[in-house]
Amino acid sequence: MNGGQEPAILVSGLCKSYGQTLVLDDIDLAVAGGTVFALLGPNGAGKTTIVRILSTLIPADTGEARVAGHDVLGDPDGVRAAIGVTGQFSAVDDLLTGEENMRLMADLHHLGSVEGRARVAELLGRFDLVDAARRPASTYSGGMRRRLDLAMTLVGSPQVIFLDEPTTGLDPRSRRTMWDSIRELVADRVTIFLTTQYLDEADHLADRIAVLDHGRIVAEGTPDELKRRVPGGHVRLQFGSQQALEAAARLLGASSRDDDRLVIQVPGDGGVPSLRRLLDQLDDADVEVDQLSIHTPDLDDVFFAVTGHPTAEQAGL
Amino acid sequence: MSTLAYTVSDSRTLLRRNLRRLRRYPSMTLILIGMPIVFLLLFVYVFGGQLSHGLSSSLTGGHAGRGGYLNYVTPGILLMTIAATVQGTAIVVAMDMTSGIIDRLRTMAIARAAVLTGHVLASLIQTLASIAVVLAVAIALGFRPTADPLDWLAAIALLAIFAFALIWLATALGLAAKSVETASNTPMFLTLLPFLGSGFVPTGTLPVGLRQFATYQPFTPVTETLRGLLTGTPIGSHAILAVAWSVAIAAASYLWATRLYTRRQPR
Repeated sequence: MNGGQEPAILVSGLCKSYGQTLVLDDIDLAVAGGTVFALLGPNGAGKTTIVRILSTLIPADTGEARVAGHDVLGDPDGVRAAIGVTGQFSAVDDLLTGEENMRLMADLHHLGSVEGRARVAELLGRFDLVDAARRPASTYSGGMRRRLDLAMTLVGSPQVIFLDEPTTGLDPRSRRTMWDSIRELVADRVTIFLTTQYLDEADHLADRIAVLDHGRIVAEGTPDELKRRVPGGHVRLQFGSQQALEAAARLLGASSRDDDRLVIQVPGDGGVPSLRRLLDQLDDADVEVDQLSIHTPDLDDVFFAVTGHPTAEQAGL
Repeated sequence: MSTLAYTVSDSRTLLRRNLRRLRRYPSMTLILIGMPIVFLLLFVYVFGGQLSHGLSSSLTGGHAGRGGYLNYVTPGILLMTIAATVQGTAIVVAMDMTSGIIDRLRTMAIARAAVLTGHVLASLIQTLASIAVVLAVAIALGFRPTADPLDWLAAIALLAIFAFALIWLATALGLAAKSVETASNTPMFLTLLPFLGSGFVPTGTLPVGLRQFATYQPFTPVTETLRGLLTGTPIGSHAILAVAWSVAIAAASYLWATRLYTRRQPR
């Protein structure tokens, strides 16, 4: 359907306010088919509002939005037939088992008994839910619920998938599993629109990232383009004595040093080869390091770089 | 498949889901059935002996004492069963609307009407099953209906159409409620209406203002028609009024509910 020129998602001049509060301010977006697009921003930036508009749940005040070639206002059913949504709040039926939830989706997509059964079995297997399939969803862990949620979204083989903060509140291991599942979707030429508060998540998954702040898009580009706009990461070295500090500073030409705390900072991304080189250099010069820590750019850094102010949480608001 | 075929198929799918949910959450249905049964026992065994003295033998099916009052009060108790069960409708609708599942259903290309229809049909089945249970209890206690098969059919049809009307009303109340707690309270006035009509005592015994209210409120003609069908008391124009009220409540509530459902902004 969108094999031609039209992007999978095309948004222009989108605005939305609730009462006096402007939630979205003139949003323009284009997401090419078969790519992963991440909308990055802190809580309250308007990420969920965009997803709700694009998934036909709420209307925008002004502006245009087309998803999979259909206008969200003019042809909502056309949009709905092409999309799958996994929201921030779990959309599984707690009183039903995992399998019954999946069958419900298969029936509502009119898959037919044989095809539906096959699709459900395939997805339960793919999301590692076979053992839990006959237990009520209320007994599932957080990670299992998200996996079931995503599996339910996939029953209808959507062309465009919206994932609203798919890993918020998950433990690191479940997060990894979720990332793997999302990456597998990309292989199927599905278009993914992802919202997240985590730069590393956007970095891992997205082809392009847009940064949303107070309802406006303040930066857009590939992960690399965005990170180039951030004052780079650094390695922080702490020493046991003033002499060691002096020696290291001479050796490395450190960009910043703190004599009181015996700390210097060296630019670097914290990758293993560069770390090894750094430690070899210090070893060769017989300089002993007490402690080493790595600081990589995170959302706060990107955010600060593109907006000139820290995220609300960081500012303690 | 045509639009109608999709609507039927999606409604059936969601009906199946809702019935399954009701089975997984049986305590709610049991509590809702329990209430009319408790009132039946209370009114027959505590008040019935005394109340029966004020009833003419035409109203008690010729039975004296508690047995006579049981014959008089059972139709009102059956309507109270409907009023009690639809509280459950409002609760399950509100539960759905405040959970994430409704957003999922709204972003799928399913027939618009199917979500509400699925709830209404599930509640109708639940209500008719509850009525059967309460009726069985009444018969076990000694309720002796005089209805012939045709009367029975008419009585069941009347109960179904009145239940259908109140279920749509409760669905609208469930949609209008901001929370599940509110939804469990707003339909409660319905369980009072059999008392403020001819459910428990003839309206002629009520004080003037209340008597006027009782004469013109929907439960009275429905009670009188049901009583007539089951125990042979005169029905007169009550039948027409009962059907008219049911159709009016169902139509108005349907419009209100679908409007609320379409308009409702998620969370």
